[in-house]
Amino acid sequence: MSKLKDVETPYLKKRKPFAVGDEVNVGVVITETIEKKGKLEEKERVQLFTGRVIAKNGGGVTETFTVRRIVAGEGVERVFPLHSPKVSHVEVVRSSHVRRAKLYYLRDRKGKATRLREKINAPSAANEAATAPDAAATK
Amino acid sequence: MSVNALIGRKVGMTSIFDATGSMLGVSVIELGPNQVVARRTIVRDGYEAVALGFGKRKPSRVGKPQLMALKKSGIEIAPQVVSEVEIADGADPQVGEMVSVADVFQVGAVVDVVGTSLGKGFAGVHKRHHHDLGPKSHGTKNIREHKSTGSNTHPSRRWPGTSMAGHMGAVRRTVRNLTVVGIDAERGIMLVNGPVPGCASGVLLVRRTRAKHATKPAGK
Repeated sequence: MSKLKDVETPYLKKRKPFAVGDEVNVGVVITETIEKKGKLEEKERVQLFTGRVIAKNGGGVTETFTVRRIVAGEGVERVFPLHSPKVSHVEVVRSSHVRRAKLYYLRDRKGKATRLREKINAPSAANEAATAPDAAATK
Repeated sequence: MSVNALIGRKVGMTSIFDATGSMLGVSVIELGPNQVVARRTIVRDGYEAVALGFGKRKPSRVGKPQLMALKKSGIEIAPQVVSEVEIADGADPQVGEMVSVADVFQVGAVVDVVGTSLGKGFAGVHKRHHHDLGPKSHGTKNIREHKSTGSNTHPSRRWPGTSMAGHMGAVRRTVRNLTVVGIDAERGIMLVNGPVPGCASGVLLVRRTRAKHATKPAGK
C-alpha cells in the first residue's frame, strides 16, 4: 500500500481543516475566455461558492466534500475533490454543532428548519481563520 | 529502448490530477527492473526475441533445467516470472542486461497491458453472459435461471458454444490502448490511465500497443 501512497502524496494538499456543518467559501478556479483588442484571451480567476458542508466522502486523493446552498429558492449542491488544483481554498465562515457525519436531512427541509446550532468559541478552523490576519499583523 | 515490453506487478488503483486539473483514474504498476535471461536468434531459434525475468525466486523452487540454463548465462538470482518479448527495432540486448521502466516507456506512450483477470468462480448466466433476469413476481421460480438452451427433437443436442453457467474469470486478458500518464524512474513505477486486469500484486506484461488504431496520447 505504501507504493500507492507514494503516488498519491505529491497530489495531496494541506488545507485548513473544516468540518461537516461548517459554512464555507470555496474558491473555484475557472477559466474565462475574454475578448481583448479583438483577440481571445484565456484568463483564470477565482469564483466563490458559498454554502454549507453537508458531507465528506472518501480518502486520499479522491476525498471529496459536498457543499449545499440555496440559489433563487432552488437547492444547489456541488461536490468538490478536496485536493483538486481547481479548488484554490476553503474558508470557514462559521461552524455548527452537528451530531451526524452526513447532513442529508437538510435536503428535505427549507427555511428556518435548516438552521443548525452555531458553535461559538469553538476551537475550530473558524476561529483560526478569524485570528489568522491578526497573527499575520503581529509578524 | 531495447525491448518492446516489460514485466511488472499491479500495485492498485488511485487518482491523480493532470495538468489541466482534471482527475484521472490510474492504475499503478510496479514495472521492472527486468533482466534479460535469454536471447532467441534467427540463426538458432528461427525468430528474434529476448526472455525477460522479473522478481526473484528461491533456487530450490526453480526447475533444474531452468536453473542450469540461468547458471550457464551467468544469472545468479532466479527470476519469479520469465516471459519472451519482442526486441525493439535495431536494438541488440545482451543476456544479463537490466532493463528498467524509463528505458522502454515515456509519458504519453500508448500501451497494452496483459494480465490474469479476477476469478469469479462458478458464475451464473446473468453475470457470465449478461442474460436478462426472469420476472421477479407473480410466483415465478426462474429469476436467475437460464432460458431455453436450444431446440429439442432436432438437433437432439446442444449446439457448441451455447451460453450457460460455468467458470468465469482467471484467464489471460489484454487491455489495449492505455495511455501512460506517469513514470517514476526512481521507484520503477508506471501510471496508466484506466483499469488493468487482475488483482493487486498480480503479474502484468506491459507492451507497446498493437492496436491498429491506437488513440493519440492524451494531452499535448
